[in-house]
Amino acid sequence: MSQAFKAPSVASSSPKVSDDQLSIEADVLVLGGGPAGTWAAWAAAAQGAKVVLADKGYCGTSGATAPSGVGVWYVPPDPELREEARASREAMGGHLADRAWMARVLDKTYENVGKLADWGYPFPTDDDGQPARRSLQGPEYMKLMRKKVRAAGVRILDHSPALELLADADGIAGAAGVSRQSGQRWVVKAQAVVIATGGCAFLSKALGCNVLTGDGNLLAAEVGAELSGMEFSNAYGLAPAFASVTKAAFYRWASFYYEDGTPIEGAGSARGRSVIARTLLTQPVYAILDQAPESMRASLRASQPNFFLPFDRVGIDPLTQRFPVTLRLEGTVRGTGGIRIANEQCGTSVPGLFAAGDAATRELICGGFTGGGSHNAAWAISSGTWAGQGAAAHARKLGESARKRTPVGTGRATLRPSETSGSSVLDADAIVRGVQAEVFPYERNLFRTEAGLSDSLSRLDNLWSEVQARPAQYARTVLRGREAAAMVATARFMYATARYRPETRGMHKRQDFPGLDPAQQRRLVTSGLDEIRVRAEGAEFESKERPTVPTKNRSVSHPLEGAA
Amino acid sequence: MIELVSDSRCIRCDLCVKACPTNVFDAVPDEAPVIARQEDCQTCFMCELYCPTDALFVAPEADETVTVREQALTDSGLLGSYRAAIGWGEGRSPGARNDQSFRLLPLSTKKPAPLEPTGS
Repeated sequence: MSQAFKAPSVASSSPKVSDDQLSIEADVLVLGGGPAGTWAAWAAAAQGAKVVLADKGYCGTSGATAPSGVGVWYVPPDPELREEARASREAMGGHLADRAWMARVLDKTYENVGKLADWGYPFPTDDDGQPARRSLQGPEYMKLMRKKVRAAGVRILDHSPALELLADADGIAGAAGVSRQSGQRWVVKAQAVVIATGGCAFLSKALGCNVLTGDGNLLAAEVGAELSGMEFSNAYGLAPAFASVTKAAFYRWASFYYEDGTPIEGAGSARGRSVIARTLLTQPVYAILDQAPESMRASLRASQPNFFLPFDRVGIDPLTQRFPVTLRLEGTVRGTGGIRIANEQCGTSVPGLFAAGDAATRELICGGFTGGGSHNAAWAISSGTWAGQGAAAHARKLGESARKRTPVGTGRATLRPSETSGSSVLDADAIVRGVQAEVFPYERNLFRTEAGLSDSLSRLDNLWSEVQARPAQYARTVLRGREAAAMVATARFMYATARYRPETRGMHKRQDFPGLDPAQQRRLVTSGLDEIRVRAEGAEFESKERPTVPTKNRSVSHPLEGAA
Repeated sequence: MIELVSDSRCIRCDLCVKACPTNVFDAVPDEAPVIARQEDCQTCFMCELYCPTDALFVAPEADETVTVREQALTDSGLLGSYRAAIGWGEGRSPGARNDQSFRLLPLSTKKPAPLEPTGS
């Protein structure tokens, strides 16, 4: 029996947000249950902290890793190999990475992938009989991480998106959200929070990416935290035009063709993706993986079964038959921008707030470019571990005084209407379409110009004022409202920062400034919501003041309580 | 997108309702779950992996719905094909054990083997 239901009415498709509230006290709250979140939760629990992990979806299937498979930046501690690993992407990343961070990520990743082996991850054996630990299959990896997190005593809240952070004068003190399946509200008071909610792919349906809507960027910006590298946010994943599977590794063996079968000059997966994008602006592009050596073909299928899944199901052999391709936006999932890291524990500039994985900036090890998953996987493992440990240490330091905290909600957009938002009801789906129209088109986001960026920003600013209104109070609409706000905020961070970098560096390509400008070899730091501020990183630009947690006009009640 | 919940295969465990990361299904007491929010499906195929009876089918088309017939999917071996490829389910061993990524790309351009892909 086939079921292909049309979209039902909101009322029948999602529970109403209820008055019922789940209240929990913990030392550490982790938001997000992908690789970074699970490593953070495990690491905090290993320090003896009482830990809650809240995932928007299901910890184990949520995020870009679970349905995928990733290479891991796993390099044995051989000085020559490590040096080559550090040097390999420095130029591609526009020399914005940090060698000391690369070294500690290589160390931590090597150590923790060893733990995965101890925990029973079924690593294969290579042709020399040695364990091969430089690739992880997502479903197996994340099923194992869920198991380890539970065994460590972490309480997991599935289908429980966070809607806002809680804070007091001492910093971050928990979060509040809603269960999308029951409509029950939840509040977790905690002494430290780790944001591991992933990057932002703007609901592009890149593989596993539709839970990744930049939620952490909004949460962080609302409490005054800074972001970094937001101009490096225009990664696009190559996929069959009809499908979601944005796994590009095997396209290294692809030839690309026009409709009539003529090869496309300069098109390629690694270096020639712009040529593909330019061609797609006016006509379809086809690919065949016809350069894969015969001897490797069996290994391809064994290594990435999900790569072949869409092809098998429509009856195409990608090694011998051509198929249309597209580029789906992977935004900051594969781009490197995110919440700015202020110390070695992956703390942010706000006390009690930590960030890890794709939600955090990955510039420290990648600079302005990410070519593949291996650095992302290593960063999730390492930053997750440090953030979890840092959060546990912060909670320990606050000690008993923590019990007396009475934090308030810090969420604004869609939760607490501003004076200007009036009584209109938020149409989140319209907002989402509006953001996508600014960030999906290659001619806007991939091929950037001052005119295009400022044009988009003016419309995004309008969307930001629209997104202050409250949605209907159903779990799905409340969540989609916050996601829409997070995407508008993220798009504005991206383009405001991109305007501030009039040069081409890493993945940030300015058509009007096609060259690299040595004077701009510094990171850009972005903050603010109504007014977005961008500054260059460096001692001379640093703010002397500690960012303050906004508490003005904050209701102590749950934002979902009572309509406006 | 998700196109099929097989009523005859479903054992009412509701694991798909739990495991779907974008909350596409709704549980129904004493009945098979329904596809309540198909437009939220991200075509990640995870529900198929968590279904113990191969009662679900995700069509590869991510942006449009297609019509599928259960009998045809069974006959062609596509129902449950991804779970089999991953090596999940009784009597199977994890496909991760056969991951041959190490053959596909060198770790070092200067030193020979071992090998890995840098993409994902």
